[in-house]
Amino acid sequence: MFSFVVKRLAVAVPTLLLLIVISFLLMHAAPGGPFTQERALPPQVLANLEAKYGLDQPLWRQLVTYVWGIVAHFDFGPSFIYKDRTVNEIIAQGFPVTLTYGSVSFVVAVIVGITLGVAAAIRHNSWLDYLAVGISIGAQVLPNFVMAPLLLLTFTWWLGWLPGGGWEDGQWQYMVMPVIALSTSYMASIARLTRASMLEVLTSNHIRTARAKGLPERQVILRHALKPALLPVMSYLGPAFVAMITGSVVVDFFFSTGGIGRAFVDSALNRDYAVMLGITILVGALTILFNLVVDVLYGWIDPKIRY
Amino acid sequence: MMNKLLLTTVLSVGLCLPAIAAQVQPGETLAENQEYTYWLLDAIKSMDPQINTDVEGSGILRALFEGLYNEDQNGGLVPGVATDHELSDDKTVYTFHLRDNAKWSNGDPVTAQDFVYAWKRLADPKTASEYAWYMELMQVKNASKIIAGEAPVDDLGVKAVDDHTFEVTIEAPLPYFPKMLTHASTFPVNQKAIEQFGDKWTEPGNLVGNGAYLLKEHILGEKVVMEPNPAYWDNEHTILTKVTALTINDENAALTRYLAGELDRTQIPAGQYPRLKQEYPDQAISVPQSCSYIYMFNVDKEKGPAALQDVRVRKALSYAIDRDIIVNNILQGGQAPSYNWTHAATEGFKLPEIDYAKWTQEERTAKAKELLAEAGYGPDNPLKITLNYNTSEAHKKIAIAVQQFWKGVGVDLTLNNMEWKVHTDKMQNQDFEVARYAWCGDYNEASTYLDLFTSYSGHNNGKFFSERYDELMKQSKTAADPNPMYTEAEQILAEEMPMAPIYQYTKVEMIKPDMRGLGLNNLMQNWYLKDMYRVAN
Repeated sequence: MFSFVVKRLAVAVPTLLLLIVISFLLMHAAPGGPFTQERALPPQVLANLEAKYGLDQPLWRQLVTYVWGIVAHFDFGPSFIYKDRTVNEIIAQGFPVTLTYGSVSFVVAVIVGITLGVAAAIRHNSWLDYLAVGISIGAQVLPNFVMAPLLLLTFTWWLGWLPGGGWEDGQWQYMVMPVIALSTSYMASIARLTRASMLEVLTSNHIRTARAKGLPERQVILRHALKPALLPVMSYLGPAFVAMITGSVVVDFFFSTGGIGRAFVDSALNRDYAVMLGITILVGALTILFNLVVDVLYGWIDPKIRY
Repeated sequence: MMNKLLLTTVLSVGLCLPAIAAQVQPGETLAENQEYTYWLLDAIKSMDPQINTDVEGSGILRALFEGLYNEDQNGGLVPGVATDHELSDDKTVYTFHLRDNAKWSNGDPVTAQDFVYAWKRLADPKTASEYAWYMELMQVKNASKIIAGEAPVDDLGVKAVDDHTFEVTIEAPLPYFPKMLTHASTFPVNQKAIEQFGDKWTEPGNLVGNGAYLLKEHILGEKVVMEPNPAYWDNEHTILTKVTALTINDENAALTRYLAGELDRTQIPAGQYPRLKQEYPDQAISVPQSCSYIYMFNVDKEKGPAALQDVRVRKALSYAIDRDIIVNNILQGGQAPSYNWTHAATEGFKLPEIDYAKWTQEERTAKAKELLAEAGYGPDNPLKITLNYNTSEAHKKIAIAVQQFWKGVGVDLTLNNMEWKVHTDKMQNQDFEVARYAWCGDYNEASTYLDLFTSYSGHNNGKFFSERYDELMKQSKTAADPNPMYTEAEQILAEEMPMAPIYQYTKVEMIKPDMRGLGLNNLMQNWYLKDMYRVAN
C-alpha cells in the first residue's frame, strides 16, 4: 500500500507539469491578451505593461520563469487584472470560501443521496421508491443556474428569510442557498447510483445467505449490502468532491460568495494568465490527490482489491 | 502677465455656499438611517488611482481620493483640492491654487508635491499604467516622450511652485483641459504610503487617501465598505455614515436583492424598465449617459471587404436599420435612436442636421434598396456580409433584429458571436467586416467622440480616413467655438458612413426614493458619495 501511494505521488509531478505546459500554451494561443481592451492601448503603453509583467519575453522563458517561481518560492505570480493582488492572495481569499461551502454541500449530497438511494432500493417499486426517484430526477434536470435565481426569488424576495448573497465569513444564513444550489444535482446522481447498485447487491448470493441465516434486515442492509453497494458510488465521489470544493461559477455568480469558481472563469475571460494557471494547478493537484484517496479507500472497503 | 480666469461655476458655488458637499434642500429632513448600499457588476480591479481602469472603480476612487476639481450635480466643475486656477496668455500654462486645509487621512497636508508625484507616476513607464495615455490626451508637456521611454520622468510638465501652487504646462491649448481633471487617474496619491507598503498600499488600513471616505473592507468579488474620513477638509458636511458596494455578477439577482431591500441602487436589466416603471414609478429611472452604440464598418483598403469600400453600400446598410424598433421593442429603457456619433446631451454640443434622421423608416428603407441596386446588388446578386459581436443578450437581440432589417433590403448577414477578448482582438487587427462597438466619453465634450474617427486615432478600428475630417478636428482644438467644426465633422460621418450609429445610452436604474444627491443629471454619471444623503419619508 505504501509503495503504491509513493508511486502514485511520483507520477503526479510530471502529470502536473504536463498540465501546466498544456494550459500555458493553450492560454497563450487564445486571441487577445490581458491588456486587450475596447480602447486599444497606445503601443508604448502596451509595451511598458508587457515589460512589467514579462510578457515581452519569449514564451518558453515565460514558462520557465513561471514554473521556477512556483518551485523555488511557491509564488504563482501577480494577477494581470487585479493589480493590487497576487495569485497567491486571490487563491488564499477565495479557496477557503469555496472549500467551506463545497465541503458542506458534499456532506449534504452524500448523506441525503445515499439515504434516498438505499431507501428506494429496499422499498423497491413502492411509493417511497417512486418518490426518491422522482426527487432525484427532478434535482438532476433542474440545473443550478435555474435553481439559484429560483432560490433567490423564494427565500430572499418572497419569504424574506435569507440574505440574497455575500459570504460574511461563512455565517450559516449565507451558506444555505449556495449549499442547496450546489448539492442537489450531485445528490441526485449519488441517489441514483446508490439505488442501482444497491438493487444489484440485494439480489446477490451473500445477501440471500445472510437473510437465510436469519439476520435482522437492518443488519443485512447495513453490514452486508451497503458496503459493496457503495463501491461504484465511491469512484464517483472522488471527482465530485474535487469539483465541489474547487468551486461553482454559478454559486459565486448568483450569490456573490467570492469563491474561486468565479475567479477561474473571470481569469479565462480576462486572459489573466497567472490566476488561471494558479487555479488550474490547484484543481489538478486536488484531482490527483482525491483520486488517490478514493483508490486507497477502495482497498479498505473491498478486501478483494490489493495494490 | 497672467490672465486671471475663474470658472464661473467655481465662483458662484464657491462663494454662495460654505461647501460643495451634500446640499440638503430646504424642507428636507434627514433620515435617521444614513447607510447606503449599491450594486457593482464586477469586482473592483484596483484601488490605485493611477492603476484603475474601470468606471466602477472610479466611483469608489472619487470617494477615497479628491482631485483638483470635482463635479456638481449637473456635471459642472466645482473646487476640489484646487480652489481656482489661472491660465497663461498663450493658454498653455495652468496654475492651480490648492486649498491649505486639505489633509491626507494620516493627517499630512495635501500639497502640490503630491500632485506632481501622482502625475509623474501615471506617466512613468515603470508604473506601467494602462491609463498613461490619459496624460497624452491631456497634452501634458513631454508626456508622450516619457511614456515612450525617450525622456526622463522629471521632464513632465508639472511643477510644485510652492506647497499650495501646482503648475501644469501643456503642449498646445486645450479648451476642455480643466474638465479632464475630474478623472480618477489625475488624483493625488500619498508617496509615503506607497513607499512604505509597495503593492500592498491599497489594502484597507494601509490606504492613505484625501477623499471624503476611508476604505474599511475590500473583499474581492464580495464587497467594499467605506466610512467617512474624519481628516477630510469638508468632513462636517459628509452625511452618509456607511457605504457598502456589493459585487453581484448577475443583474437579475441584483434586482431581486434590490426588491428584497438589500440594495439601495441597482441596474435594470434590458427590457424590464417598462414593467418596473409601472410598478415602482418613484424608483425606476432612465437618464442619459454619455455612450454611443454603433456598428463599425471595416473600410480598410486591404483588410476590409470590397463591398464596404462603396459608400452607397455603407449608407444603405445604415439606412436599413430601424432604430426605433431597437430602442422601443428591444432595449425599452428610454434609449435614444441615433443617427450621429456624439451623444446628443454632451455639454455645448449642438446636434447637427443629419439628412436621413428626418426621413421616415419607409423612406430610409426605399433609399437603401435604391443605393444597393446602384451598387450592383440585387436579388440575383445579394450582398453577403458578416457581423462580429461579443457575447451579451442585448447585443444578440440587436444583431438578430439588424439581420432581419438587412434581409428586407436583400442583404444576407451572417452573425458571428465571439467572446469579448476575441472580438476586441479581431477589431483591433481589422479582422472583421461589420463589428458591434460602443464608446463612452472620457469627459463631457464632443471631441471625446469625434477624435475617434481621425486618421491618427488609435481607436479608429475601421480605418476610416478623411483629410477634411482630420483638419476640422485639429482646428477645433484652438477655436473659440468648435461647434461649426463639430457639425461639419458629424456631417462628414453621415455622408461617408464609416459606421452605422444605432442608439445612445441611458442609465436605467432602480433607486430608493429617499436617496438624494446622486447627480443623475450629470451626463458622465460621475457621482460623489459626499454629496449623497437620505431624507425622511
